Amino acid sequence: MEVSSEYAVQMHGILKKFGAFTALDHVDLDVKRQTVHAILGENGAGKTTLMNILYGLYQADEGGVFINGEEAQITSPTEAIRRGIGMVHQHFMLVENFTVTENIILGDEVCGAAGVLDMKKAREEVLAISQEYGFDVDPDARIEDISVGMQQRVEILKALYRGAEILILDEPTAVLTPPEIEKLIEIMHDLTSKGKTIIIITHKLKEILESADECSIIRRGVYMGKVDVKESNETDLASRMVGRNVNLKVEKTKAHPGEVLLSIRRLTVADERGIDQVRELDLDVRSGEIVGLAGIDGNGQQELVDAICSLIKVKAGRIMVGGHEVQNTTPRNVFEHAVATIPSDRHRWGLVLPMMVEENTVLERHGEDLFGKGIMLDYDKLHEYTHTLVERFDIRPSGCEQERMSGLSGGNQQKAIIARQVSYVPDILIAFQPTRGLDVGAIEFVHKTLIAERDRGAAILLISYELDEVMDVSDTIDVIYHGKIVGSFEQGTVDEKELGLLMAGGGSQ
Amino acid sequence: MNAVIKFLKKPIASSLLAILVGFIVAAVVLAVAGYDPIGSFAALFQGALGKPKYIANVIIKATPILLTGVGVAFAFQTGLFNIGAEGQYIAATILSSIVGITLDLPAVLEIPLVILAGVAGGAALGAFIGFLKARFGIHEVITSIMTNWIMLYLCNFVVMSDAFHKPNSTSALPIHSSGYITILHEWKTTDAAVDALAGVPWLREALLKTDLNAGFIIAVLVAVAESILLARTKLGYELRAVGYNKDAALFAGIPVNRSIVLCMLISGAVCGLAGALNITGIAPHTITLLAAQEGYGFNGLSVAFIAGCSCVGCIPASLLFSGLIYGGMSVQQVMGAPSDIINIMIGTIVFFIALPAVTRRIAEWLERRQEAKAAAGDAALPGKEA
Ligand SMILES: Nc1ncnc2c1ncn2[C@@H]1O[C@H](COP(=O)(O)OP(=O)(O)OP(=O)(O)O)[C@@H](O)[C@H]1O
Ligand SMILES: [Mg+2]
Repeated sequence: MEVSSEYAVQMHGILKKFGAFTALDHVDLDVKRQTVHAILGENGAGKTTLMNILYGLYQADEGGVFINGEEAQITSPTEAIRRGIGMVHQHFMLVENFTVTENIILGDEVCGAAGVLDMKKAREEVLAISQEYGFDVDPDARIEDISVGMQQRVEILKALYRGAEILILDEPTAVLTPPEIEKLIEIMHDLTSKGKTIIIITHKLKEILESADECSIIRRGVYMGKVDVKESNETDLASRMVGRNVNLKVEKTKAHPGEVLLSIRRLTVADERGIDQVRELDLDVRSGEIVGLAGIDGNGQQELVDAICSLIKVKAGRIMVGGHEVQNTTPRNVFEHAVATIPSDRHRWGLVLPMMVEENTVLERHGEDLFGKGIMLDYDKLHEYTHTLVERFDIRPSGCEQERMSGLSGGNQQKAIIARQVSYVPDILIAFQPTRGLDVGAIEFVHKTLIAERDRGAAILLISYELDEVMDVSDTIDVIYHGKIVGSFEQGTVDEKELGLLMAGGGSQ
Repeated sequence: MNAVIKFLKKPIASSLLAILVGFIVAAVVLAVAGYDPIGSFAALFQGALGKPKYIANVIIKATPILLTGVGVAFAFQTGLFNIGAEGQYIAATILSSIVGITLDLPAVLEIPLVILAGVAGGAALGAFIGFLKARFGIHEVITSIMTNWIMLYLCNFVVMSDAFHKPNSTSALPIHSSGYITILHEWKTTDAAVDALAGVPWLREALLKTDLNAGFIIAVLVAVAESILLARTKLGYELRAVGYNKDAALFAGIPVNRSIVLCMLISGAVCGLAGALNITGIAPHTITLLAAQEGYGFNGLSVAFIAGCSCVGCIPASLLFSGLIYGGMSVQQVMGAPSDIINIMIGTIVFFIALPAVTRRIAEWLERRQEAKAAAGDAALPGKEA
């Protein structure tokens, strides 16, 4: 493709190696001005790496970058910002106890004559940009007090404040609720109509169809061309990305539930501030069934999971696992009652990033004789064991057993956790946002795995903020609102509208 | 070239590079101050390695800082900053002295008891710091610094107490000589020994003129054991997991609080061993009044950092450190240059250790240059054919 000023960003023949591993193999990217351009690819395909190169965080080994038709040597984020490039990372980088304004001007402070910080002027500037793009954020609110969606808008504001004309968004919707996603898409369209160019990475095909003009596809570090989004659909995008036909519909047989394995009675749990988040909740999960908990973030899901895992104390009520009460014990005790949990925040609860992959796959059970007699840990055994998991769960790159966990892409880290928890052959599997950040191929795999676990006889509690996921995978759908179950349905007997209403508190109670 | 690149990517490269930079900076400072750098370095090496006696002394002085270094490195690898090595060292010297003064048993009992008392003292103090962190969330650096001072004054209190004070001196009574671990302590002063050693002058010098003792061998074994503990055992695995990510470890059912206490206990025990070996191995074999902290713990910090926080790495690092300090005294005697120059050198080394990124950069730069050359070579080939 010719280099031309019609394009805001052109990256040609980008090669990037990490040691012997080629993450990007001569990848091209051509982004027209004033468009929304999506990048689609499986977990570990190299999307984030490509954007990190554009933002100056990594240097390409080969290839050229052109901004508005001019060759650019972007050697640092400072240089990228100077050229009008802004990036919002998947993990926000905000100072929790600073105000919105303070966060936005951090590193680019407005100073008066004597080098004194001019907060008033800064505040006005922030307010002006916020109003221009209809962000409606409160410049004086503290970050810790505002919602995740709002925090993300602050990140975008921060980039705009620094004069960004080209905005990179890396998986911006992974943590948002459906209304917040709608709002974000609206903002994106507004930004392009005002002259900005947006590059968005997302695994949600629906969002690409709704927001993007064009979509470039990368498969295992190789550029597979770009498609005009108007002429594409979900199945088409998915199969181009994976290189085979992906079944977007979850296929499963009828459940054959057995005895109740997890039984929760009148459970009340308070958060750290002492406010009740789970209120007299009752819930049963039987062997051989998947119970999906539908609900909007912040309705007690986190506290419920923490209480089941014995990470926090319950105020009242019982959690029974196979007939034994396990509330207010220890995580170890719960695990020994054959409960395995896939946590929602993989970096915080799920993984020890600086340790090797093979050390991470045995976090709960390294003490067993299987991994060494007595006090010694047998690394040969770990290696062998992890190798089978890597193969079985297609964790990439293959042969990553002795890499640090931090070197794996987000999606593959998630696969490693799922592999670990399923390998425990649990009686009860708690899956909290198990497909967060996963590509469609991997999501298909996780769903199949959950169903296979169900068919093996496990009791599965699926908690997800994605309504589609809950509706597709669960045999029974429970709706949680304000820490209480406000509705319970068999799969197929309820539609999205009714569930949405209940989730928003519009129940008959 | 490939070997060079590979080498530069290893952690040890940054240590060696830092040492080199340390020498260069010291040379510049010496030259600016009007001293001959070459002559000074010659005096330094002469002073550290010139005679068997010097070498013996370097080893003797390396023993305690090797152990405190291992203690600090061990804690560091599990996410804790044990700046309390100094206090744990002092606690050990106090307990070792008290036990050694009070008990008078045959050597086979006296030596283990005296050493165990010290180790237990260091371990208890370390565990206390760990407990405060695990139970109340008080940062270990704060409690460590406080316990350092508490131990210093406790030491002075014990020295001056009637039960242990040696009259007309600034020290406590020495421990009973059955607790000494000086090599061939009894024998080497006898006539038979003088005769036997007459034929081997280097051994005679090392034995008779110094307190050469078994401590260094013990310390090396401990360093190796700690390395294995961390890298190859289930306990070490748990400690590292807790150190890197407490939340994930907790979630996985690893008892996090117990791990923190245990880690500080082990670290404190190793620092305590340093103190115990100094009491049993080196004259005056007891505690003395301390005007300020002796620095065994703080030098351990430097050793641990020079070693890149590897327990085994502390072995060469402690020898280097002690060689510089001991040999540095000769720089003053021979060249008249202030021995502070050695402190500048050590400071520089520790400072540059903190920049491992530098060596990695050099490796990457070499790699790129090599690839560019290869590409240029390919391009040149068809030209040749034409
Ligand atoms: N710093 C690094 N060191 C070693 N390997 C890395 C590093 N960063 C990325 N990789 C590897 O490069 C590949 C691409 O990673 P990248 O994070 O770009 O993937 P991605 O497309 O963003 O995936 P995901 O959708 O899962 O976030 C992965 O295989 C990853 O393991
Ligand atoms: Mg990514």
